[in-house]
Amino acid sequence: METFAEVLIILVVLTNLKLLGSSRATACIRTVAAQGVLLAALPLVTSGDAITLRMIAQALVSGTLKAFVLPFLLLRATRGARAGRELAPFVGYTTSILLGVALMPLALALGRKLGVTGPAGADLLAPAALFTLLVGLLIIVCRKQAVTLVVGYLAMENGIYAMGLAFAQREPLLVEMGILLDVFAAVFVMGLVARHIHREFDTLDTDRLSSLKG
Amino acid sequence: MIPVLLALLALLLTGGLAAAWSCPRGASRIAAGGTAVAGLLSGATAVQTLAGAAPAALTLPWSVPLGAFSMGMDPLSAWFVLALAFLAPLAAVFGVGSLRDEEASRRARTAWGWFNLLVASMLLTLTARNGMLFLAAWEMMTLSSFFLVMHEHERASTRDAGWIYLVASHVGTAFLFAFFVILGRGTTMDFTAFGPPATGGALFLLALVGFGTKAGLAPLHVWLPEAHPAAPSHVSALMSGVMIKLGIYGLLRTLDFLGEPQAWWGWLLVVAGTVSAGFGVLLALGQRDLKRLLAYSSVENVGILAAGLGLGVIAARGGHPLAAALAVAGALIHIWNHACFKSLLFLGAGAVRHAAGTTDLDLLGGLLKRMPVTGASFLAGAAALAALPPLGGFLGEFLILLAALRLALFGGMSELGAGALAIAGLGLAGGLAAACFARAAGMAFLGEPRAPGAAGAREASKWMTRPMEALATTTLAASLFAPLALRAAGALVRNMSWLPDGAASSLAGCGRVVWGVCLGSALLVGLSATVFLFRARRRRGRPTRAAGTWDCGYAAPTARMQYTASSFSEPLTSLFRAVVRPGERARPPEKRFPAPSAFSSTGKDLFRGRVFVPVFRAVSEAAEWVRRLQQGRAQLYVLYVALAALALLVWKLR
Repeated sequence: METFAEVLIILVVLTNLKLLGSSRATACIRTVAAQGVLLAALPLVTSGDAITLRMIAQALVSGTLKAFVLPFLLLRATRGARAGRELAPFVGYTTSILLGVALMPLALALGRKLGVTGPAGADLLAPAALFTLLVGLLIIVCRKQAVTLVVGYLAMENGIYAMGLAFAQREPLLVEMGILLDVFAAVFVMGLVARHIHREFDTLDTDRLSSLKG
Repeated sequence: MIPVLLALLALLLTGGLAAAWSCPRGASRIAAGGTAVAGLLSGATAVQTLAGAAPAALTLPWSVPLGAFSMGMDPLSAWFVLALAFLAPLAAVFGVGSLRDEEASRRARTAWGWFNLLVASMLLTLTARNGMLFLAAWEMMTLSSFFLVMHEHERASTRDAGWIYLVASHVGTAFLFAFFVILGRGTTMDFTAFGPPATGGALFLLALVGFGTKAGLAPLHVWLPEAHPAAPSHVSALMSGVMIKLGIYGLLRTLDFLGEPQAWWGWLLVVAGTVSAGFGVLLALGQRDLKRLLAYSSVENVGILAAGLGLGVIAARGGHPLAAALAVAGALIHIWNHACFKSLLFLGAGAVRHAAGTTDLDLLGGLLKRMPVTGASFLAGAAALAALPPLGGFLGEFLILLAALRLALFGGMSELGAGALAIAGLGLAGGLAAACFARAAGMAFLGEPRAPGAAGAREASKWMTRPMEALATTTLAASLFAPLALRAAGALVRNMSWLPDGAASSLAGCGRVVWGVCLGSALLVGLSATVFLFRARRRRGRPTRAAGTWDCGYAAPTARMQYTASSFSEPLTSLFRAVVRPGERARPPEKRFPAPSAFSSTGKDLFRGRVFVPVFRAVSEAAEWVRRLQQGRAQLYVLYVALAALALLVWKLR
């Protein structure tokens, strides 16, 4: 069971790097969806025998939302936009990956310092959660396209969820449900905003919004 | 207090209704009607209080820290409320006429909303008895007048003016915040709980800067000549007539709070006042724009008021009750008079602008024939401003100068200095004011039109002329009410804690002098009327011969051969070149057969160019590197947040 959890966590870290390295918006959306599914499965793996029906139900809800509903909303926003790929981000893809790699030891050090003893076999959980959070922020800072920014936001949310798992093994899901509702609303709104940006400026780049400045 | 509360409600209700009303004719009349009702209600209360009714008070629940919604009406408040209650309805009626062209527009409707809010906030400022409430009303007053100044926001000059006004007002308000907090020692904001503090001098300085900015005392006057020309005329009339006087109201309240005054406070006021008076009138003399000229003249008159207060403080400190009472009463009476004739002049300028399309003196001329009512009213206002004896404006300055004279004759060396300074400064300012308004009235209303706009001018509508007639009558008859005004001022003087005991009773002894002024004025008016009638009778029956004004044998006179505003004031402005620094552009005739030559000048504001512009530029340059952080990119802002969060995390876990 422990190795299984560790494998999941490592996969989450790898999805982060994939997020930093991929230029296609659709690929990013799918990656973050996969990350969501991995994290939704994590509590089922770590809690061993003590699985309750409620935990399964919540994992299912969270997984469905992250794997199907949110990607659907985002993909719909990109549909029709020429911008399948982002050509001129503020920070290039290679540099982003390098930055991500630099963030990893920082996340490890900070995660250790936090002094969280994760659930069985998941000492890596707190650093990985922190890493996911930082990567989400990094994406928001480095990218221009509205949809990619939403992806960064979702990655941040995944990080918060993972952090919640590390802190409160028993009742993470109550918090998670609250956050999930927020995220759902936010993605819904941002999907609409992205479509409006696209219609108005014929691009999904948010830096064109600065021309609205008074 | 209930009528005042009702007046506030009427103003807010009608103002809101006017702003939301989409019926083309309705908005103006609703708003002006509300102002009239409010004027009647609050004016009646003010008159009762001045006539000796017991001061009223009212406290309503208000959950603001240190704040209480407590209002009150004592003689000091009533004095200013009466001016407001008289002027606001007249200005509103004028506004109905002058906004008629754009009445249906959304902008005019919102302007009515702001106008009524401005009147309401002034009323609340005057009746507030709690520092928080006072500051809130003060801020409301600033903001509503700011939006009115920005009425014609499509002009760049108007946006500039609004910006300067907003910055200046808020700098002043910042000082007032500090003033009230220190005065209440951070524990109370109730006016009744303010005792004489230990740090009176520092508090007085704070109040002088804060209230002086609103009043327009030099060198804090820079917003006045910008904001007044930009605002619609009925608003500038109200701003110049009442709003800047609230600065003086604040200073009077401050003196009440601070207990025993120091002599140097008085000196500061006298010096600031004489500098404002002299500087204001000199710059007024150099202005080509009529409304800007009027604004500088307001600076002059506020200077006279401050000098009067300062003399009062010095006299109170030196134990001269009569001089103190005379100076303060003079300042108080001048507040009423100035409110009357300055708003009259602003309304006149508004009517001129409405008819001729400009207020540039070099493009006007000959308007007296075309706009007889406006012209006559403006001339009356100008004569009153020049302090010609039978008119308003004379009595106040007369009493202040009388006080200065008494100080100079009967006081010690220091008091002699202050009195002499005030006499010299105010005397000079008075003489220059006469020249200035001879110029303003002469250039605009006499002679021949200098531009087609003035030539085609027509008399303004009844909505606009009636208020001017009312104000002109008031200012002409002002001297007849002098004994009454003196009695009311006596009631105020008795209530001022910082004046010596015998002040009010010695003021009552001055009644004879004032009666003399009153009778003398009546005699003068009667004599002039007799002479006029006599001449008119002698001329009856004789034919009147019409000839060209400049018909000295020259065959083809044009309007350009008249004196212009610049050439009229050139001898005086060049005399005071060091202060006024006229921006002159001259191309004198050179050869024997002169080629085209030209001369023009504009009065430049020394303080603005030499003090405020460099200071604000330095601040702005220092702030430039902060602005580099703000690039308008959301990503960058997220980066700041992320870096700050990360730094906090690292610092906490270190």
